[in-house]
Amino acid sequence: MNLTTMVTMLLGGMGKSILIYFLTLLGALPLGLLVAFGRMSKVRPLQLAVKFYISVMRGTPLMLQLMVVFYGPFYLFKIPTGSGYRFAAVIIGFIINYAAYFAEIYRGGIESIPKGQREAAQVLGYSRPRTFLTIILPQMVKRILPATTNEMITLVKDTSLAFAISYSEMFTLAKKIASSHTTLMPFVVAGVFYYVFNFLVAFVMERCEKRLSYYQ
Amino acid sequence: MNILSMQNIRKSFGETEVLKDISLSVSEGQVTAVIGPSGSGKSTLLRCATLLETIDGGSIRYLDMEAAREEDGRAKYASPAVLKQVRACFGLVFQNFNLFPHFSVLRNVTDAPIHVAGRSRAEAEEEARVLLRRMGLEEKAGAYPGQLSGGQQQRVAIARALAMNPKMLFFDEPTSALDPELTAEVLKVIRALAEEKMTMVIVTHEMNFARLVADHVIFMDGGVIVEQGGPEIIDNPTQERTRAFLNKLEK
Repeated sequence: MNLTTMVTMLLGGMGKSILIYFLTLLGALPLGLLVAFGRMSKVRPLQLAVKFYISVMRGTPLMLQLMVVFYGPFYLFKIPTGSGYRFAAVIIGFIINYAAYFAEIYRGGIESIPKGQREAAQVLGYSRPRTFLTIILPQMVKRILPATTNEMITLVKDTSLAFAISYSEMFTLAKKIASSHTTLMPFVVAGVFYYVFNFLVAFVMERCEKRLSYYQ
Repeated sequence: MNILSMQNIRKSFGETEVLKDISLSVSEGQVTAVIGPSGSGKSTLLRCATLLETIDGGSIRYLDMEAAREEDGRAKYASPAVLKQVRACFGLVFQNFNLFPHFSVLRNVTDAPIHVAGRSRAEAEEEARVLLRRMGLEEKAGAYPGQLSGGQQQRVAIARALAMNPKMLFFDEPTSALDPELTAEVLKVIRALAEEKMTMVIVTHEMNFARLVADHVIFMDGGVIVEQGGPEIIDNPTQERTRAFLNKLEK
């Protein structure tokens, strides 16, 4: 098997990996903010429930979580899941896991803003939503960018965990080709793919940091 | 006419009683200096007046609006709508400025007039430029707070507070975070405001300044007003505690 055929075979998988990546970010970045609000809530039961959710998401393997999301509905609740569910399970699993990590990053960012910022806004008459959106959030984003970049880079590599439920993203395909053709080449191609992907992510995030460096 | 009147204010943080039955009123055009050792409750008094802290008992009135009133021995605050109007009465200048670091100087001054008071951008910017000129900072409109000295930042903060056209201004130790040379430029601005008959309450450690601009001086210690009167009480205190405090400052 020559390299071109192999890359062509892997191409579809790459597309799927990229899709998992962006759909996860699309879901987890905003969901993380909601989770962070829950975690900081003054309503004690809500706060504790969210704390428990975060602790489970961070304390158990993502691979296991993917399996629970995929097999759980049928084995636990006897809900039949169609063939389309495999992809949905991957996305749901990644989103609820990453939302927990993002939530803690957001919380750290929000709590690091000096309380004088809120007080200045309050005395000037800003509403609470306006204070959050125009005063707190922009300053928070700047502070959490490096930590968020870390998570975004880990996510690129974590997309390969979808192989646990046999979703045919890039890594699953590479493994299949490698064992059927007894060659390591697919793994080399996979490695290059993840590296280049992450290089681009790091590049884009660095640009974002530069754009926000107009103030201290 | 009284712009602010606080009656029998009580406030505790946990077990510690910080304000013990304090009453204070501020009439239009009056400059009040609040002095006293740290931990005397003067900053807390200011934070209660500006609604940053809630009082446990007593009443707070601004003009004809009741922000909080005494009911069954406890303070009861007015509705959010009323409190919003109350907040429009005053401005506050913080010890550590609290400018918004991600906004330019101009936007720091115009953002609230535009988005809170609903003024047009053109009008707000014109007024902001006038204010910045008065503060000697017209050429800094495009700068960010992090690029300014402490004294410049504090003058921007004063402009930001004035831009909302408050009936009165509070200053919470406005020069305590500044070097002596920067202190002078901020005090000059406050003095100019006093000459224009701006109503102000200033918590300060600058006795010379208090003597110079204040019409009324309040000495606080241990959560009570120990002594108050004209600026002459700084030089001729009648109470032993006031004397002890002023002596300590001179040393």
